[in-house]
Amino acid sequence: MTMHATTHRRNALWIAAMAHRLSGLALACFLPLHFLVLGLAIDGEARLEGFLKWTANPAVKLAETGLVFLLAIHMLGGLRLLVIENLPWRPVQKELATAALVAAGLAAVAFLACAV
Amino acid sequence: MMNIRLYVLQRATAMIMAPLVLAHLFIIFYAASRGLSAADILGRTRGSIGWGAFYALFVLAAAAHGSIGLRVIAAEWAGLRGRRLDIVMWSFGALLAMLGLRAVAAVVLP
Repeated sequence: MTMHATTHRRNALWIAAMAHRLSGLALACFLPLHFLVLGLAIDGEARLEGFLKWTANPAVKLAETGLVFLLAIHMLGGLRLLVIENLPWRPVQKELATAALVAAGLAAVAFLACAV
Repeated sequence: MMNIRLYVLQRATAMIMAPLVLAHLFIIFYAASRGLSAADILGRTRGSIGWGAFYALFVLAAAAHGSIGLRVIAAEWAGLRGRRLDIVMWSFGALLAMLGLRAVAAVVLP
């Protein structure tokens, strides 16, 4: 691929769009597992409780923080997209993209602070 | 790849889910900070029509939104077209809706 063909990848808007897509793809992979875990409650609360105890593991807490980050970044990226498509705010696209990333990061850190 | 109906459905489900995701994030923070047990959680959700409606709507919107998003990615990155694309979208949407509604039933039905 030529230099010219990849220069757009350094653009903040391209990075925001890619972050939105990758976070959505990761959430799509995670959702079936999330639903399967919640479905454990169908066999009684003891099975769900056993899983919740496992999630107290620090590595799992870190993974959960990553998921909260992905959910926050995807939601904020989606709101950015809706604003861009439906409101005449185009000049502030870059600021919105950056604000979305910062807010998602803060949400993930807040979750880790709550969970630990 | 994505016709106008799928495009509108994708945006509509995003608008529906925005407040639901915010509420879900708040619930996650609340449950994590209080260290709620399975009994605590199920004690609040079982028999609740409100939680049942909230999460059933969330699941159906997520199933539609996620499957349309996956369709776009399958077309752009995997080069899928036509019938194969429809199969990917419908299969994933059905899987999410089925597993999700089962999960809602598990935590809401008394």
